[in-house]
Amino acid sequence: MSDAGAPLARTPLWSRHLDAGARLVPFAGWEMPVTYSSILDEHRAVRTRAGLFDVSHMGEIRLRGPGALELAQALFTNDVAGAEVGRVRYGLLCLESGGVVDDVTLYRTGASEVLFCVNASNVAADREWMREVHARTKSRCEIADESEATALLAIQGPAALEIVARLLPPGFTRPKLWHFADTRLGSLPVLLSRTGYTGEDGYEIFVDAARAVALWDLLREAGGERLALAGLGARDTLRTEAAYPLYGHELDREHDPIEAGLERFVAFGRGFTGEAALRARVDAGPRRRLVGLVLEGRQVARPGFRIASDLGDGVVTSGTFGPTVDRSIALGYAPAGLTAGARLHVEIRGKHLPCEVVATPFYRRKRG
Amino acid sequence: MADHEYEIPDDCQYTESDEWVRVDGSIVRVGITDYAQSELNDIVFVELPETGRQLEKGEAFGVVESVKAVSDLLAPLAGEITEVHGRLSEHPEWLNEDPYGRGWIIALNPEDLEALDSLMSPAEYRAHVKARAGK
Repeated sequence: MSDAGAPLARTPLWSRHLDAGARLVPFAGWEMPVTYSSILDEHRAVRTRAGLFDVSHMGEIRLRGPGALELAQALFTNDVAGAEVGRVRYGLLCLESGGVVDDVTLYRTGASEVLFCVNASNVAADREWMREVHARTKSRCEIADESEATALLAIQGPAALEIVARLLPPGFTRPKLWHFADTRLGSLPVLLSRTGYTGEDGYEIFVDAARAVALWDLLREAGGERLALAGLGARDTLRTEAAYPLYGHELDREHDPIEAGLERFVAFGRGFTGEAALRARVDAGPRRRLVGLVLEGRQVARPGFRIASDLGDGVVTSGTFGPTVDRSIALGYAPAGLTAGARLHVEIRGKHLPCEVVATPFYRRKRG
Repeated sequence: MADHEYEIPDDCQYTESDEWVRVDGSIVRVGITDYAQSELNDIVFVELPETGRQLEKGEAFGVVESVKAVSDLLAPLAGEITEVHGRLSEHPEWLNEDPYGRGWIIALNPEDLEALDSLMSPAEYRAHVKARAGK
């Protein structure tokens, strides 16, 4: 969290956003575009064509040195050593209690090097946590926060691969899903990662902050009318339909990955911090679980709204009107034991609105 | 966004909470302004009142929800609701597309038409919008 009143940080693309008529809002200490015109239009563009996002507020922290993998594994719930160079993995950084410090992607960038891509709101807390764990493991490596020098663009949607392909060197084989490559787009050196946060295929592209504007312009030119600019508003509706957690909503230090339904990103037996607590949570069974809800009407269940069920109360963590699924959808913590099909209520402004527990994601793209 | 020109028709009067009021014979029609719909962005839900309900000035009579925010609708004048634009339930996007036309929300029979003078003129409302948009 940023200090109240502290000046907002600007990404290298700030003036491009202004020129494009963006509505800029404070987000995690940054002044970020929430939308350029219509959140729904931007959402639909990403589902049907392609959207370009500036997500340079995200942080990048590199571990480098002979002990880098050891420290990474002491921090990261997913398997580090099994991730070959060129591979991306999603996982959590956990406290001893199992509570989540952050949810991150790990890039295996070298034999003795990894890069964590972390949430903007957590860069400082992550850095501090990494140093704390480092002091314990005494791994021979350095921790370098490269957030300021690094910009991150995301191009997402069914046309994203084709648009980027026009800019790649001849003969370059595009990375498979959850893989990345160091390459060039036009003349610009980038780290091209086949990942995203929208439920669509596409790339996240790391680039030197000094080259961010050039890359933005290059992608827009290659994309033409098929490529819409998309802001954080659409990013949120897209990730909610895909049921991806957002730190500060579904995840925080009081919730663990098992409750959040992220077991598949927890590789037991590797010795990460919090492993014992998560093992105990699995064995005992969590008392609350993150569930997907579909509401009957079009009213939106906002974070903090109460969930009422026969088994007890819960709380909504994210909710929106899902433009593609065309339903009011929400994520929230509810008593364990509520399975798909269970009927319950969300309390919205004093009214109890019926909803149903559904399997997530709400939206799943058709794979071509 | 500071230099964005919002539509503020001359034939309406306005509230601080961004409703417009247009006299239509002996009744008034009420909706939300272009600035309000633009701030909310895509509207996905409108909660409408019942016809015949008696409203106090400033009383909440409905709710508009967008993808990112929720906002109460406040009665610009005291009076009885004589008509409700029920089709908005099916077409909440009309509030975005045509806030002063197809996006009208209710018709009111005001207790006192002279109370209209207490509302903002188009010029006053334009200044009210500018003061906030320029922040």
